[in-house]
Amino acid sequence: MLIAIPTLIVISFVIYAILALAPIDPLSQFGADPRVPAEVRERIREALGLNQPWPIRYVKWMTAMFRGDFGVSFMSHSSVGDLIAQRLPNTLAVVGIAYVVGVLMGIPVGMISAVKRYSLFDHAATTFAFIGFSVPTFFTGLLLIIVFGIKLRWFPFIYSSTTQVHDLDSLVFQIKQSIMPISVLALANVATIARYVRSEMLEHLPLDYVRTARSKGVVESLVVLRHVLRNSLIPVVTLVALGFPTIFGGAIVTEGIFRVPGIGELLVTSISNGDIPVVATVVFISAILVVLFNLFADVLYAVLDPRIRYS
Amino acid sequence: MATTQVRLTAAAQANALRAPRSLWTDAWHQFTRHKLAMAGLSVLSLLTLATLVGPYLWPIRIDTLDYTIALQGPSADHPFGTDDLGRDIFARALWGGRVSIAVGLTAVLIAITLGTFIGALAGYFGKLDNPLMRLTDLFLSLPILPLLLITIYLFRDTLRAAFGPEVGIFIMIVTVIGVLQWMPVARLVRAQFLSLKQKEFVEAARAIGDPDLAIIWRHILPNTLSPVLVSATIGVGGAILTESTLSFLGLGFPPDVPTWGRLLYDAQNFIEIATYWVFFPGFLIFLTVLSINYIGDGLRDALDPRKT
Repeated sequence: MLIAIPTLIVISFVIYAILALAPIDPLSQFGADPRVPAEVRERIREALGLNQPWPIRYVKWMTAMFRGDFGVSFMSHSSVGDLIAQRLPNTLAVVGIAYVVGVLMGIPVGMISAVKRYSLFDHAATTFAFIGFSVPTFFTGLLLIIVFGIKLRWFPFIYSSTTQVHDLDSLVFQIKQSIMPISVLALANVATIARYVRSEMLEHLPLDYVRTARSKGVVESLVVLRHVLRNSLIPVVTLVALGFPTIFGGAIVTEGIFRVPGIGELLVTSISNGDIPVVATVVFISAILVVLFNLFADVLYAVLDPRIRYS
Repeated sequence: MATTQVRLTAAAQANALRAPRSLWTDAWHQFTRHKLAMAGLSVLSLLTLATLVGPYLWPIRIDTLDYTIALQGPSADHPFGTDDLGRDIFARALWGGRVSIAVGLTAVLIAITLGTFIGALAGYFGKLDNPLMRLTDLFLSLPILPLLLITIYLFRDTLRAAFGPEVGIFIMIVTVIGVLQWMPVARLVRAQFLSLKQKEFVEAARAIGDPDLAIIWRHILPNTLSPVLVSATIGVGGAILTESTLSFLGLGFPPDVPTWGRLLYDAQNFIEIATYWVFFPGFLIFLTVLSINYIGDGLRDALDPRKT
């Protein structure tokens, strides 16, 4: 379990090395401005510590990060920590709800598919899953905008970040504007989870313990729910947690399309602005999230499967 | 009595004369019975052919501007309509498919080569197993899309200057996707090597004095081919999706190279007035990836010896 910390250190090093070795000057934004004289630019470089060799800058950056100081954005001149703190809850809410929807729909769909294998429902669910894997998130997003935002006008298709939930009306509005971004992510999620649950359950259904349960006279629904499903869900938990990078990648795209002010949208705008401190921190925070989810999967796996013990 | 015997021998002879059934003919036979995989193969072949030959047959060039017909819906002259500069979207989609499919295939080739190399080393040489698998775990915890985005942003201009706008970006996108996708292949190959190196035929090869390299290359590697092939097929779909996502975020190919993702990126600003412009490129990506996924499914069924 302690592998998480060296992993994070190596990842942070990789990210910083990519940024430091890149041929782009982090001050190119200032450099492009002819009004900034050369000596001022030199002074800014010194003030930001850019004239030191990059391994030293890396160590400084890391130690500052441990103290919770992520640096200052080149563009907005506000603290990177504040920028991320404002936006992280939005991303986590969208990704989190998409996960919950994925689990709540994916498990029953996968279960029914496995129990009624080759039925009409199974074929429909399989087709749906293949569509879910194959359709790019940005295309689903744009299609939803066309159908529900433009043609039907059910939902607003630009997320309004200023909405504060204080009464019923604003709550309804908040739900309405969240439906499309969440369903885009949930679609891929439901497909993946349903597929995993189906194939795991199909492996368990012909096993001896299932036959034993049936021959004891246990009702079929209990056999499926209490015996097969519970055992099949153990590997699904890990696979779902390991799928986090994919979902996060989807969140970057979805936030971009619907202008949801999350860290994915922050990343894309900061990259196009050349705002290196923000970019480095967002990439590092997404790495932390990925590692945390892996760790969470390991712990949960040990809790669910008593045969597995970490020494 | 004698006649039956003669007839039996004749049947046995006919049987012996027929070409021996190899794994691949068996697999192909099995594959042809998977209807959706066959449908996927036909659609994909058709799409590939259209993108290869289409640009030479279609009379309108991808960069012909005509402001008088800007933003017109699908018609006989322009089956996919025209964009805001009056360029023909059908011509651009044909050309874009070529780029998207080429990126998918090349990126997966890199991922497979790298993954097989690392997986073979880790699976065959016990000493390398632990460090190489730690490396694989590390790569699996990298946030892939963010890293792709910053790498492309940072190195784009240098590569463009070195190799020209199209080739430079192509090399970079393909390398970066390949380098960030080898991990599943490495795990797969390692697992196969771990079980295969215990088998008798490997022991026999070692007994007659085959060097390690020959055992890896001639004896074990061919046996890992089928799971790698399945994973590669599905990987092509994934790489096409990744490329189109990058282009969609504006960090893929330059504007004058119309990939499917780039067409959607340009289209999204006109989504309220030109829905067809969004629909066609997006649908082509979807159709290509769906076909590839069904082919992968068919291959898995055909090559899996358990035949569930």
